[in-house]
Amino acid sequence: MKDNRPLARSAAAGLAATALALAAACSSGDDGADADTYTWWDPYPQHDENSAWAERVDACGEEAGVTIERTASDTTDLTNQALLAAQEGTSPDIILLDNPAVSTLADTGMLTTVDELGLDVGGVDENLLAAGVVDDQTYGIPIGANTLAIYYNAEVLDAAGVDPASITDWETLTAALAQVTDNGDKGMTFAAIGTEEGSFQFLPWFWGAGADLRELDSPEAVAALELWTGWLESGYAPNSVLTNSQNTTWEEFLTGEFGFALNGTWQVNSAAEAGFETGVIQIPARNGGIAPAPTGGEFIIAPVQSDAERYDVTRQIVECMTTPEGFVETAETFAYYVPPTAEGQEALLEARPELEPWVTAVREAKGRTSDNLGTDYPKISEAMWTAVQNALSGSATPAEALGQAQADAEAAIG
Amino acid sequence: MTTTSVEATGRASGGAAGVSPAAPGRNGRRGLPGTARHWTAIGFAAPLLAYLAVFYAYPLWRNIELSVHDYTVRAFVQGDPAFAGFEKYAEVFASDAFPAALVNTAVFTLVSIAFQYAIGLALAVFFHANFRLSGVLRALFLVPWLLPLIVSSSTWAWMLNSDNGIVNSVIEAFGGSQINWLTSPDTALTAVIIANIWLGVPFNLVILHAGLQQIPDELYEAASLDGATARQRFWRITFPLLRPVSAITLLLGFIYTLKVVDVIWIMTTGGPGDASLTLAVWSYREAFGTGQPDFSPAAAIGNLLIVIALVFGFVHLRMQRDWEKS
Repeated sequence: MKDNRPLARSAAAGLAATALALAAACSSGDDGADADTYTWWDPYPQHDENSAWAERVDACGEEAGVTIERTASDTTDLTNQALLAAQEGTSPDIILLDNPAVSTLADTGMLTTVDELGLDVGGVDENLLAAGVVDDQTYGIPIGANTLAIYYNAEVLDAAGVDPASITDWETLTAALAQVTDNGDKGMTFAAIGTEEGSFQFLPWFWGAGADLRELDSPEAVAALELWTGWLESGYAPNSVLTNSQNTTWEEFLTGEFGFALNGTWQVNSAAEAGFETGVIQIPARNGGIAPAPTGGEFIIAPVQSDAERYDVTRQIVECMTTPEGFVETAETFAYYVPPTAEGQEALLEARPELEPWVTAVREAKGRTSDNLGTDYPKISEAMWTAVQNALSGSATPAEALGQAQADAEAAIG
Repeated sequence: MTTTSVEATGRASGGAAGVSPAAPGRNGRRGLPGTARHWTAIGFAAPLLAYLAVFYAYPLWRNIELSVHDYTVRAFVQGDPAFAGFEKYAEVFASDAFPAALVNTAVFTLVSIAFQYAIGLALAVFFHANFRLSGVLRALFLVPWLLPLIVSSSTWAWMLNSDNGIVNSVIEAFGGSQINWLTSPDTALTAVIIANIWLGVPFNLVILHAGLQQIPDELYEAASLDGATARQRFWRITFPLLRPVSAITLLLGFIYTLKVVDVIWIMTTGGPGDASLTLAVWSYREAFGTGQPDFSPAAAIGNLLIVIALVFGFVHLRMQRDWEKS
């Protein structure tokens, strides 16, 4: 009997360890149970818990009388995490999510609409809100928007005798690139990488030619792609654009060797600190005017909770983030976020008048999932960036590549 | 932790039983009723079984389950996917990308391990000579292994950059013309293979070098007494005696290379187009590379890879058994 006990105990220890292992494996997070703690996910891991951004989030929680538990991860990760959490029924109360992903999540039925939450979205610019609208229902509010424009290196342009104001359409832009290249500098750099970033950068040209995402093989679309392939063939753009992300593009521009770079609002501060004078022009449409650039930026969304009583506080937190003052504060915290309401934009321009070109660009911008593309957009986008890659690498002509892309997109949408 | 404490208690009780002259413990244990001993055995095995179930069986089952259902994003969240049978596999096989990915996978894997093995073996024999500084030099060769893959892949991507890469500037310095390593469909696969060979050499070097230590020096002494040349010593002694080590190195290399995603993804994302797309990269691309996760085809491709790896695993076991017989 004496010996029996340790044996039994060790057996029990083994079973306990098993139970622990199982418990550890299964308890991925039963948060949300606490009525005074609200969970918040955002894609800004660069802002740690002591940052101004984290303080803002905390302040909004305090105002609503609760504590906010914030978790930050990168954008792609966040979408996957959100899907997993929804599947397990452990969604956070609030997520800040990249706008093209909103319709994908909305389609799963895991998001509340602004009507259900009792939010007012009347003041939000329609072109920015569109990314969150699926079948006439709105699933979130943009907390700010950014978009693309063309940065230029004033020194390189001066040396080549190019006046940035003369660039009003594709023809004058290409002429300017030729002038810069002839002067011994490099023309333009952009990101044509085979990911969503490649589509993001191609869209201003695609839309600027008058093409429609439902018809990737239209003559207008071919013209847009021919513009890019033409630049590569003439040496106005480097071959490395094929693998460039937007960050790499920016690093290339910062070397001072390039006349132009296609990039976003988020580089405003970096451009100001560059070792040379920079400026910004709008992306020209094919025959003049401003091309619609795609909107970037996050939406604030509220996933469905099993306990409907939580929505009241969630609404208060969302409202705290989306007042005109709140928008401007967000814009200042991130330095690159243009408020999505006219009121907010005016307030931002008062504080930082130099952001004027970016406010204009955002007003002209267009949501990628707009035109009721919704969850079809990611499939079309994949076909499109593949076509861009195939055409720029020379494995197909622009017309062939886009013809294939249209067939692929149709097959994927079904 | 638990394992050690369990072992400790077990050993302690055994020791006590051994010291005690009356040895009531030993008798007691023998006298344990069958069911109790049975439960004890289960108690000991349970942690391992639970571990295997949670970390091996469940993911495998889940992967199969994903691949035979039609998991759209909506179905994934709501948990109500339609049963698709082998439809997703059929879609994968019928896809335009499939033949390209299959050929790329075969070329990537076979060329990579052939060069990794040849270079690894050459270096192992070289360092076996144990000259001065050979230890330091050998350690330097392990650097690729120690670097995080994202670092080495990004570095390779920079070096092979079309316009500013160091490789192209060297080529141009010798009068060659610019090669679009990562951006031309003709060279993208070659570029990722080169980077992958560099990454895999240390693994081959370490294993084969360890294998060389097992070969008794007397054999070489006897051979040199018989007047064998260096070449003969290598082909008649080193290579045949290294065969079991070589076989396991090649098998492990094969399985590692088959599932490489990071190197290719960072350098080319499988592009341009599908030029450097392998099955593993394709699977990753379907699941996580786009804004619209397609888990079902991704799981189907993943399962296909598991089957390929398993087949070669069995081939290895079979070969090993044949050698042991002969």
